[in-house]
Amino acid sequence: MTEWLLDAVLALLLLALAGGALHARNRYAGVLLFIAFGLVLALIWARLGAPDLALAEAAIGAGLTGVLLLAALARQPAGSGAEGVSFARHRLAAAAVLVPLLMILLQGLDPLAEQRSPLPELATGALGQSGVSHPVTAVLLNYRAWDTLLELAVLLLALLGARQLGPARFEVERPWPLLRAWSRSLAPLLLLAGGYLLWSGSSAPGGAFQAGSLLAAGVVLLRLAGVLPALRWSFWPLRLLVLLGLLLFLAVAIACAWFGAGWLVYPDGWAKPLILVIEVAATLSIAASLSLLVVGEAREASA
Amino acid sequence: MPEALLYWLSWPLLVGGLLFFAAGSLGLLRFPDVYSRLHALTKADTLGLGLVVAGLSCRADSLLEVGQMLVIWLLVLASGATACQLLARQAREEHGDD
Repeated sequence: MTEWLLDAVLALLLLALAGGALHARNRYAGVLLFIAFGLVLALIWARLGAPDLALAEAAIGAGLTGVLLLAALARQPAGSGAEGVSFARHRLAAAAVLVPLLMILLQGLDPLAEQRSPLPELATGALGQSGVSHPVTAVLLNYRAWDTLLELAVLLLALLGARQLGPARFEVERPWPLLRAWSRSLAPLLLLAGGYLLWSGSSAPGGAFQAGSLLAAGVVLLRLAGVLPALRWSFWPLRLLVLLGLLLFLAVAIACAWFGAGWLVYPDGWAKPLILVIEVAATLSIAASLSLLVVGEAREASA
Repeated sequence: MPEALLYWLSWPLLVGGLLFFAAGSLGLLRFPDVYSRLHALTKADTLGLGLVVAGLSCRADSLLEVGQMLVIWLLVLASGATACQLLARQAREEHGDD
């Protein structure tokens, strides 16, 4: 009874937050409601027994997307508040597109309702050869490694695309001593938590994306407190770090195709070390890319 | 016997914590200026969460759980206090010393 009550409250809260984020009076409130929406969604994923998704949603959906939205908001010229957000015609058009789409998608979801998908058994059945003991990580980095590789490519493209839009003018005003001290004590904890998530990813919920976003959070915090110098794109180790994950992943894939059984088919006994190396490189790349996306660099003039 | 005692002891702690959360939320919504609202909010965070953690510790199965909850409470304590100071300072810089 109490569990049912908790789930119902969470579901209603999620819907209310979604509505609030869409129809907030100003953008700032909308962004804050969206962050709260992400946190409640993470709780719901945890309740549904998907801690991997909950971690990713909390770290990326709520945390980093929230920071990105707030940073974008700060760059808006002042006074461009709520105008032009709600037009009845736009809403009608959106409904005309989305309602049929929803009906089509619901049909696609229908087989899931039977709850007899063969995939979980297949995933756990082959776990012995996958090199890791957590089925989600096995899916992400062994069975469907190609998808993860493309995800890294998408992240890289997003970063390059954001850079094309012009230099992100991010300037740290004189940081307060309190923020500086707090960031100094929090950064080691974030590093520890990120490392733990990365390492535990092979046997428990966790993994490269969650760990990378925690590391990025640490970098952003230190940068905001003025402890770290500006991240400069012209600094070649940083560019290498951004590319490292994708390059290594591609190198492994090509090596597997060339010498081994096929594209991203790891040779026997090599799965665990290969996955570990790819995860570490991907974590570093994700952390570097996300930090660059959020705190950008100093001035293009200094490059 | 100690288990039953602890179980009953946990109730007033949990209810007290929830009361602090309710009062803090009410203050956040109803207080007139930034500083009073921050005051209400941080009371809820520190005391409310502290009491809830104490209440849940009475029901915990192992010392590890108690330790984890204590660490969470300490982190929330420190981040709440820091965020409160930063917000108050930002408010003072934006609106002057009123």
